[in-house]
Amino acid sequence: MGSRESLLSVEGVSLSFGAVQALVDVSIEVYGGEILAIIGPNGAGKTSLLNVINGVYRPQQGRLVFMGQARPRNLRPYHVARQGIARTFQNVALFKGMSTLDNLMTGRVLHMRSGLLSQALYWGRALREEEAQRAYVERVINFLEIEAIRKTPVGRLPYGLQKRVELGRALAAEPRLLLLDEPMAGMNVEEKEDMCRFILDIRDEFDITCVLIEHDMGVVMDISDRIVVLDYGRKIADGSPDEVRANPDVIDAYLGVAHA
Amino acid sequence: MLYRETGQFKTSYRRDQAIFPIAQDRWCVALVLVAAYGVVPALANEYWLQAVLIPFLIYALAAIGLNLLTGYTGQLSLGTGGFMAVGAYTAYKLTTAMPDLNIVIVFLFAGIVAAAVGLVFGLPSLRIKGLYLAVTTLAAQFFLVWLFNRVAWFYNYNPSGTITAPPRTLMGIMVTGPEATAAVRYLVVLSFVVFFALIAKNLVRSEIGRTWMAIRDMDVAAEIIGIRPLTTKLSAFAVSSFYCGIAGALMLFVYLGSVETLAFDINVSFEVLFMVIIGGLGSILGSIIGAAFITILPIFLTNAPHLVGLEMRVDLAKEIELIIFGGFIIAFLILEPRGLARLWQIGKEKLRRWPFPY
Repeated sequence: MGSRESLLSVEGVSLSFGAVQALVDVSIEVYGGEILAIIGPNGAGKTSLLNVINGVYRPQQGRLVFMGQARPRNLRPYHVARQGIARTFQNVALFKGMSTLDNLMTGRVLHMRSGLLSQALYWGRALREEEAQRAYVERVINFLEIEAIRKTPVGRLPYGLQKRVELGRALAAEPRLLLLDEPMAGMNVEEKEDMCRFILDIRDEFDITCVLIEHDMGVVMDISDRIVVLDYGRKIADGSPDEVRANPDVIDAYLGVAHA
Repeated sequence: MLYRETGQFKTSYRRDQAIFPIAQDRWCVALVLVAAYGVVPALANEYWLQAVLIPFLIYALAAIGLNLLTGYTGQLSLGTGGFMAVGAYTAYKLTTAMPDLNIVIVFLFAGIVAAAVGLVFGLPSLRIKGLYLAVTTLAAQFFLVWLFNRVAWFYNYNPSGTITAPPRTLMGIMVTGPEATAAVRYLVVLSFVVFFALIAKNLVRSEIGRTWMAIRDMDVAAEIIGIRPLTTKLSAFAVSSFYCGIAGALMLFVYLGSVETLAFDINVSFEVLFMVIIGGLGSILGSIIGAAFITILPIFLTNAPHLVGLEMRVDLAKEIELIIFGGFIIAFLILEPRGLARLWQIGKEKLRRWPFPY
């Protein structure tokens, strides 16, 4: 597994908010085509790390290398999106007033080229693009099995489906790297199984690398190729599920021992 | 029974993305257009055209503009009157400097200048949100009105300080000035509203409209999927002000004929905002219904006592009218906070199922 090429490297990143150290000298490699899970107790800095990766936070120290290129420090989130990194949020961040279809179409924003005038007249390039992008979005809709809610405003959907639509929006962007912040939080067992299947299929069918934060250890151990463990902003373990499960530091900080 | 889409299958994405995917809707719109172009000018008298329909249509255009900004992009603005003034004064300066220029081009240019001004006053929206942004757009309103009052160049050093629309023709027909008939002026305004309502509808169902709504609904998520907040918000300000600028130019040239800055004061901004809120935020149809509600209801209320044979003192009637008008606004907002357009939509959904309650 070590022979695969690195898609993203996070090198010595430190992030603090005033006196609070969110991340301390964290280094992580994400290899192309893998599913990497980030776990750790609440407040360990997992979401902060994702926010650093997609440009919401700028770390005080360290750098990120994506697809072999060091990233400039002053990158805004929309630049990062352009490089091919998409994400979902812990608390669903959909465009509530829009339909499922429009949410996914908005995910295609980076693939649209037509100008204002063409869109105003709904003619020529804008019209061709709308249809072409719609075709791709329909592929994502079929993949996620959300055909029935295509035209429903997402604010009216139940939570589990909203999570799925949000995944669809990220997927519609055709990213290289997909960041998933607790994709299974608040779901029942069936919904979790569905979501696991989608994540595995995204990697296999769409060839997208996934980094996910998740608290359900059963899920994490099952689907991830590698696991990184954070605690108080520091990386305390990094390895295969079996290695991490056996690591005494991880057991101490997060997993705990079974009381038989 | 009649309003049912059963059996209308959409076989292409283009058909599915049409503005009116249901055949009955297309027939209704065609009917309304035929009535507006053919029947109304033939039947309506001077009073109806000049005092009711022309101002209604002009306000509808301004309301569509503000709705693009406030309803679709979520940026509250109280500068509508100011941007309309920019349109009116630009059109006036341009047509007095170049009398031979086609009047439609003059109006479009007025819109473009208003768009540029809107762009500048939209810059604070990158840092300021919600009610605080409304306060900064209020600055635009006061500054622009002050500017047009103070700088005599804008009103061609006319000692009275007013600007008067000169007579201009379009294809040999007088469309502005005192000699233009009400029917012609009505048709000019109607054409502008129909065309630009269609453009607005196209914009909001295209990429740009989706980016506006994305910024409105969740700006952090919008930025993370690749939408630039800067260009998105500024484009909304520009397009919105373009609409307001044209509405302002029409207000001067086709409706009032002669104005001073008072015609574009803060009350206009509030009135257009009320139209948008009552009609429905984020709805093109709602802007038009809202404009109809705010402009036509007071006229109806003024005439209502006479219609039922009730005579009362004029000042008393005026005050009762205001009370009833306010009552209507409150009643409608309680009934459906998302506006008249939403009521209309609910009605249509009910109609689709009627008479089978499943």
